[in-house]
Amino acid sequence: MARPQRFIDDEGKRLDGRKPDEIRPVKMQVGVLSNADGSALVEYGLTKVLAAVYGPKESQKSISLPDRASLRVRYHMAPFSTEERKNPAPSRREVELSKVLRESLEPIVITDYFPRTSIDIFIEVLQSDGGTRTVGATAASLALADAGIPMKALVAGVAIGKVDNVLIVDLNEVEDMYGDADMPIVAAPDLGQITLYQLNGVLSKEEFHNAIDMAMKVINKLVDIEKETLRNSYKEAGEE
Amino acid sequence: MSTTRRVLVPGEKIEGVNISDFYVYDYKNEKRVSIIGVIDLKQEGQISYSPLNGVYLPKEGDIIIGLVTSHGVANWFLDINSPYQAILSVQDFFGSKQSNQLPEDPFKYLQIGEYVKAKIAAFDRIRNPLLTVQDKGLGKIVEGIVVSVHPTRIPRIIGKKGSMIEMLKSTTSCEFFVAVNGMIHIKCQNEQLENIASNAVKMIELQSHITGLTEKVKKFIEEERKVRGV
Repeated sequence: MARPQRFIDDEGKRLDGRKPDEIRPVKMQVGVLSNADGSALVEYGLTKVLAAVYGPKESQKSISLPDRASLRVRYHMAPFSTEERKNPAPSRREVELSKVLRESLEPIVITDYFPRTSIDIFIEVLQSDGGTRTVGATAASLALADAGIPMKALVAGVAIGKVDNVLIVDLNEVEDMYGDADMPIVAAPDLGQITLYQLNGVLSKEEFHNAIDMAMKVINKLVDIEKETLRNSYKEAGEE
Repeated sequence: MSTTRRVLVPGEKIEGVNISDFYVYDYKNEKRVSIIGVIDLKQEGQISYSPLNGVYLPKEGDIIIGLVTSHGVANWFLDINSPYQAILSVQDFFGSKQSNQLPEDPFKYLQIGEYVKAKIAAFDRIRNPLLTVQDKGLGKIVEGIVVSVHPTRIPRIIGKKGSMIEMLKSTTSCEFFVAVNGMIHIKCQNEQLENIASNAVKMIELQSHITGLTEKVKKFIEEERKVRGV
């Protein structure tokens, strides 16, 4: 992929025709896997991520914690998720993202209900077009709720970036690769808490504050979609 | 309808008092739901909340059915459909305090793969659930079959005021014991009836959200009985 000359045209539209504060079309589905206790498939545009949750279950001695459940998160990109085949062995980046995502989910899962157990979360990127970690967090949050694991709130993630000196929401691959900044955020609006925050690039103080506001607005919307998805999947149970 | 039902998802506000602490938590002086579930608001002002998914968490005094998976020096380990493995001691199983009264090879009497109906004698955050069979009707299951379903489907299998379980009992003429951990003990006159009963239970588990399920299952059992000639 070559670097585009301009990211935003004269009409203020981005490369894929979106406005700067517009997210890609979002699709969410829960209960897509029958063998897992909970599962979700989330798409932001072309980025497609599957999450599966197992547990809580008896944990191995080595990772068991005496006062709470331990979370194990595996973020992985499928070999077919990228333009060129990705080596399926976990890379440095994937190991790091697994840790970062685990820490973004730990504040919302009520782990102290299940001491000495473990909860496994698998986040599998099926198709990557930028923002896989944020989509992964959204999918994991849905899958956890679907598995009936006690949670304080739902989280969702979105990335804010900067291209041509304009702040944009929900970056795709090109904007991520050649943009001036990339700031993924995962937050729980119900708790008013940001659980993952990273910044790659440079933002001024003012831009930073604007970016957080933009992100929280989008995350609020995403969490509402999550709730709607969960409700719809159990609609029949509610109407009975 | 005298009741309104609504699905609540984690983080949503809930009002009412008599709801198990396990499903709600306090956040800045308001109660919020932690597990996806259905809230029933009855006209009389009663509120009930039933989770749609989740695991069985042992509670002292619960009567459960466990599957023997292995044994230690003086105890068995049982799978009770929960994150925690249950322990049944040899002494308790034989009901004797002195070790010289125990049989030489106690593990011959309760082997791996067999089911036990037991009561949870003790369980807390630091220890795995301890079982006891020293009560009426408890002990090794020698007759019939055990079917395992998801623990959250148990209320559906029992039905409103026991309507579903009564229907199962009357149409199959089997004996059912439904344990809270999702294990169901079925005892019938013959194997064919046992198969029908276990299929019916599985059907309820898979289609628990369907309305008019009791009638559907009843029809299924009657047809199966006709086909199998029992």
